Amino acid sequence: MHLAHYLGLLHRAQVNLADAFRQVADAHAEEPDIEHLCQQQAKRCDAHAEQLDPFVTRYSEDAPDEPDRLHSQLFTGTRTGGIGLLRDLQDLYLMAAECDITWTVVGQGAYGARDDELLAVVRQCEGETAIQLKWLRTRMKAAAPQALVVAD
Amino acid sequence: MVDRIASPWGERTPYGPGQEWPVRVDRYLADGRADADVDRWVQSASVLHSNGDALDIAVADGQIIGVRGRAVDRINRGRVDPKDLYGWQANHSPDRLTRPLVRDGDRLVEADWDTAMGRIVARSKELLDGPGGWGRFGFYTSGQLFLEEYYTLGVIGKAGLGTPHMDGNTRLCTATAAAAMKASFGTDGQPGSYTDVDHCDAIALWGHNVAETQTVLWMRMLDRRRGPNPPAMLAVDPRATPVAREADLHLAIRNGTNVALMNGLLREIIRRGWYDHDYVNAHTLGFDELCRIVDGYPAPRVADVCDIPASEVERAAELLGTSQRLLSTVLQGFYQSNQATAAACAVNNLHLVRGMIGRPGAGIYQMNGQPTAQNNRETGADGDLPGLRNWANTAHIEELARLWNVDVDVIPHWAPPTHAMQIFRYAEQGSIKLLWISATNPAVSLPELHRIRQILTRPELFVVVQDLFLTETAELADVVLPAATWGEKTGTFTSVDRTVHISDKAVDPPGEARPDLDIFLDYARRMDFRDRDGQPLIDWSGPEEVFEAWKECSRGRPCDYTGITYEKLRGGSGIQWPCTDEHPDGTERLYTDGLFHTDPDYCETYGHDLATGAEFTGAEYRAKEPNGRAFLHTVDYQASPEVPDDEHPLLLTTGRTVYQFHTRTKTGRAPQLDQAAPDVWVELNPADAARLGIIEGDLVGIASTRGTIQARARLCGIRPGVVFLPFHYGYFDQDRADRTPRAANELTITAWDPVSKQPLFKVAAVAVTKLADGQGVPSPAPTVGGSAPPADADVPPTIGGPTAEATSGKE
Repeated sequence: MHLAHYLGLLHRAQVNLADAFRQVADAHAEEPDIEHLCQQQAKRCDAHAEQLDPFVTRYSEDAPDEPDRLHSQLFTGTRTGGIGLLRDLQDLYLMAAECDITWTVVGQGAYGARDDELLAVVRQCEGETAIQLKWLRTRMKAAAPQALVVAD
Repeated sequence: MVDRIASPWGERTPYGPGQEWPVRVDRYLADGRADADVDRWVQSASVLHSNGDALDIAVADGQIIGVRGRAVDRINRGRVDPKDLYGWQANHSPDRLTRPLVRDGDRLVEADWDTAMGRIVARSKELLDGPGGWGRFGFYTSGQLFLEEYYTLGVIGKAGLGTPHMDGNTRLCTATAAAAMKASFGTDGQPGSYTDVDHCDAIALWGHNVAETQTVLWMRMLDRRRGPNPPAMLAVDPRATPVAREADLHLAIRNGTNVALMNGLLREIIRRGWYDHDYVNAHTLGFDELCRIVDGYPAPRVADVCDIPASEVERAAELLGTSQRLLSTVLQGFYQSNQATAAACAVNNLHLVRGMIGRPGAGIYQMNGQPTAQNNRETGADGDLPGLRNWANTAHIEELARLWNVDVDVIPHWAPPTHAMQIFRYAEQGSIKLLWISATNPAVSLPELHRIRQILTRPELFVVVQDLFLTETAELADVVLPAATWGEKTGTFTSVDRTVHISDKAVDPPGEARPDLDIFLDYARRMDFRDRDGQPLIDWSGPEEVFEAWKECSRGRPCDYTGITYEKLRGGSGIQWPCTDEHPDGTERLYTDGLFHTDPDYCETYGHDLATGAEFTGAEYRAKEPNGRAFLHTVDYQASPEVPDDEHPLLLTTGRTVYQFHTRTKTGRAPQLDQAAPDVWVELNPADAARLGIIEGDLVGIASTRGTIQARARLCGIRPGVVFLPFHYGYFDQDRADRTPRAANELTITAWDPVSKQPLFKVAAVAVTKLADGQGVPSPAPTVGGSAPPADADVPPTIGGPTAEATSGKE
């Protein structure tokens, strides 16, 4: 079955998101809340990837070859300044959104595979990904008027 | 006669459960004056802490000569805090600002009001011009102005300029109290009443050294403890404070681990069946989730995280769980620490699961640190909207727009009001170009001071400072406005337990100093703010007019003042809001019927994720169908952003002494208080001190990654691994050319709670080294309070002597 491929996609998306969170934390360390919360969320993504590990291993044992162009590249490094911060948070948002929809797809796969264990992991983690999206939106909404209209 | 420096809490007047707290009138008249010398007594209340103690100001020959507690008042029954007994003398300090100052290169020179205001208004008009003008203004105010002043400032900012960049130093002090009450109960507003002390059978003090922060409340607790059937007492504090020494059980937990402790206590209470099943079902939401999370905190794990014996967790749970009328009080040990809002919500959870709310003795004080912090929150001069309205609820914004007769979109409501640390960040980045600071001293009180000084001295930033003295902040200003203070102006303010007092003008301010209200009104007039119909936006001329206008703003909201008048406040006791036609005498306790302010159309917030501060939408909130139930918000423990390492192996916490308030602007100028605690000190546990080769009185360097300061060592009962610095000591009384770093906030971390945005003053990693020998001279730390040395230490006791003699007794 092809579930392994989507698990791999999700696993890599979480690893990439963790890495992007850390890069944004470092690049915008002068915004203490960004730094601390991005570090916090990076750890959360690490944990998601870790929880997926056993399923990736289990399902890839009898998986066919991975299809072409499965993975996408959503992040190519950080930017600077107020508008740069906004744009970086937007990248994180899009990456978290990819994770979000992939959890949904993997959750559907878990139903099909009658895999309660995987389903439990999906339930817990998709809620945490939803909070990441919510936080990024909250922070961007607060920052946008100043960055777009007020800042020189 | 009582020396209230040596004996800050005075003599005990014991009483039993359900009895009225006996009267004890404290009084201090300077220079050997007596009642016969007093021309008149003018009604007021304390502005040197948040307790709201009612007192009368003694006036003779147009001067304040002393104070006397008001026996009739519900809060203090005549008692007066030592800070208030002696602190008023600062009003007459020779270095009061009496004329405006304007910057001339590297100097501040005297000017007239027209010149000073002219500069501010010219800059304001220039900045307001063009798109996004609103975003170039920042206002940073206080917890010590009057309700009328905050409301005026709130209208100037939110309806005149239309800026969300308004906050107060309440962000450093009570933001978490407000955030936790909003999160749990739907709106801000203290559930309990001070009279709960009279009825309770257990008191839990969560990170609250009430003995030094609100002495009169502590006197009330002590009087119960000395009377028949005293309440049990639990203290959570890393220091051996007077509260910790009095308590039956003291949990000296590691800083920054409050949430782990609370989760452990809740787990134990639920497992032992000490919760009110019916109350939980009828009046709360989130119990299953709470159980799921706290289940991960068995006592041994909590013991490990908090570094206390597991048996103490169990004993504390038993004390809390077997009480019938539990009173909790929460302050900076929770609010200025890691996971502040989550920890404060956990205290609310404890009361909700035990049904310990809304009846005599079963109360919560999510405390304030400052006298008028509550008013700043109510009137929207800080990170709130007036009338405890919800910025995300368009109907609430429309109410304000109608009230002020302005377009809805003038009022900033696209995001929450900007919190103080973010205001300073925008100033640092240059998008905020005018920063107006009133009655607060961020150059000593904000975290990471070298950064704050850098921001305030940026040439692009136009800084206005409105204060009584040339504070450390005022030194860096472009315009300094001399303000009148307590006793020199009229207004109202509200204590922790919602008690509103009037503070009448007793004497004239010195020189050309003006009441803050007059300054704000003058600015509004010069700026010519207009409403939708072209009429003046603000047409008030005095405090009573503002108060009447405020009443309309408060109508129908939790903090409903419509039943209060100046006349009603004069002569008797303070009155607790809500006070309306239906409740003309005010309201002693909120939530007596178990109905909370969580209705979606009424609530002050749609809620946040406590770990990130992510905001929930109105639709998401409605879907929870709160139906008047309270929320049980529970989260997992997370370590602080900064924990000790090899280079910085100790944990720093900061706090107060009973003798000083804030940055000593007033208390440092009152001789008795200044002499009692004249200079900074650092508290060390004897075991840590021995390892570092430090003894009492040695000069010590304390360093974090952000700065280094010097202080002399006091060896005392603080927990091992933790050091304490009082945050009061800045630089105004040092030679400007030769200042020794001593402000605790040189060291603190720029980090804040994700929900309340309150800075984490109490969790920083530091290194301590000995710099010089004390040569047998003890540190300047008081021997009274948390800095008390061990009994066998050879340190002379802190006394006030003849000039501190005050009277105290029944009248």
